[in-house]
Amino acid sequence: MTIALETRNLEKTFGGLRVTRDLSLRIAQGARHALIGPNGAGKTTVINQLTGVLKPNSGRILLEGQDITDLPVHRRVLRGLSRTFQINQLYADLTPLETIGLAVSERLGHGGDWWRRMGTRSDVNGEIADLLTRFHLLDVMNEQTVTLPYGKQRLLEIAVAIAAKPRVLLLDEPAAGVPESERHDILAVVGSLPRDVTVLLIEHDMDLVFSFADRISVLVSGALLTEGPPDQVARDPQVKAVYLGEEAVNV
Amino acid sequence: MSASSDVGFHAQRQARWHYGEAAFWLVVLACGFLFPSRYLIMTDILRLALFAMSLDLILGYAGIVSLGHAAFFGVGAYAAGLLALHGIINEPVLALIAAGLAAMVLGFAASFLVIRGVDLTRLMVTLGIALLLEALAERFSNITGGTDGLQGIDMQPILGQIPFDMFGKAGFFYSLAVLFVLFLLARRIVHSPFGLSLRAIKNNPLRAAAIGIPVNRRLIAIYTVAAFYAGIAGALFTQTTAIASLDVFAFERSADLMLVLVIGGTGYLYGGLIGAVIFRILQEVFSTITPQYWQFWIGLVLVVIVLVGRQRLHYGVLYLPNLLIKQIGGRKAIVTVPESDA
Repeated sequence: MTIALETRNLEKTFGGLRVTRDLSLRIAQGARHALIGPNGAGKTTVINQLTGVLKPNSGRILLEGQDITDLPVHRRVLRGLSRTFQINQLYADLTPLETIGLAVSERLGHGGDWWRRMGTRSDVNGEIADLLTRFHLLDVMNEQTVTLPYGKQRLLEIAVAIAAKPRVLLLDEPAAGVPESERHDILAVVGSLPRDVTVLLIEHDMDLVFSFADRISVLVSGALLTEGPPDQVARDPQVKAVYLGEEAVNV
Repeated sequence: MSASSDVGFHAQRQARWHYGEAAFWLVVLACGFLFPSRYLIMTDILRLALFAMSLDLILGYAGIVSLGHAAFFGVGAYAAGLLALHGIINEPVLALIAAGLAAMVLGFAASFLVIRGVDLTRLMVTLGIALLLEALAERFSNITGGTDGLQGIDMQPILGQIPFDMFGKAGFFYSLAVLFVLFLLARRIVHSPFGLSLRAIKNNPLRAAAIGIPVNRRLIAIYTVAAFYAGIAGALFTQTTAIASLDVFAFERSADLMLVLVIGGTGYLYGGLIGAVIFRILQEVFSTITPQYWQFWIGLVLVVIVLVGRQRLHYGVLYLPNLLIKQIGGRKAIVTVPESDA
């Protein structure tokens, strides 16, 4: 089994608060791995350390066996680690076309090109068209992002992360806040990600977690409580105790 | 049309020339022939427009606020003055480029300080750099002429052919040519992937980094380019007026520039140009009516722009400018206080 993403004894404190405690995760190549835990368990803090937004106090992060702990955010992206955000982080004034075009340009190394106009490279255009079509954004590609309905923005959020052609994709609550009517699109998109992309899913929605993940890690107060295949985690009395009163775990 | 070529077509929508833009430049050119008695003020407007375009590159596109943009204007002005005074580079166009490069070097060095902070820090850092340079220019009076400035600058003919005349005709067309060339370059830059990445950084630096944009490197690059533009504007000032004095570094010059962009709007390149015209006209009108208190009226106009807000002004006073902006820029104008449109 090849390990796509790994943390070794990750520690993070905010003042006196230990938000990540001696966390060692191993996510297998091609896995559909879910990281769950009650509110305040420190899930997003883990993502922020994996992507480089936050620096861990100690411990290492390895992407495909290579130490990326000290790399800045954009370098990790170029190495194949991309993410979506729990709360949309989009460019309000830009259109979906521009947003995705930029991500594709950066990946292909044209991002620093200051002479050639946007839209004049056919390889970039082809990829943009492909992504816009796959994410049902073709009809709104010239609208300002801020004016799009929330569901569309959510799709764009995921499309931008995919545009970086990640080998490891971190999805931070992809369906959060999406109205019931538009959920289907999101779930279909997440479900149809190519198998060679390793996915780490952070999610509150247990239906989504158990239908999607083939392995689940449970995080409580910043530490790993348990890890295993979905049915085992669902039966775990400790997990039930943690979720008791918050949300029932159904398989 | 296939989806791919469709995407290419729409991606270049902003970059294509609009009729309004061509009309704008034709009107500017026509002014050179229509008002032969007003070359000096019109040249002044062109310089201010170029200077404002420089600030627009960092403020309107990359979201970097600055209260000390005169630092680069001043370096360009003194560089051009010294080059001409000591006969180092006599040909004005070459000297102009050299002066721009001098400002560019300073801009590159200063950018490392500027990218460290956020808005308020940036305001203070940029302001500080400009004040510092002003003090240095005063201190090293053996080079700069101190409070007297550089005097007795004798400008050689442009390209060895066209001498500067006392009516300022050559100076006007020279400035217009420089402005237009640099405008074309800026236009090219802002519609490139690089330019788009600046807008992304301005909108959301967190996400910009998360798609692989080296945020700091891009900010350093555009800040350096903007410094080059400001330096050229300063050099034009010296070359067309044949003086360079300490006030090229003055705080008022940096502050006026903000006002120009408040009036003209940011992020579509014409804001600085339109703002410069309106700002100077207002200044002229008010100083004719009340020579002593014109600043009061300018201040009042700005307070009104800021207080009444862009929305209501769009439908009222600024209806015409905005119509123009839409024609020229092909997009909605952002006419507001720069700090608040983050």
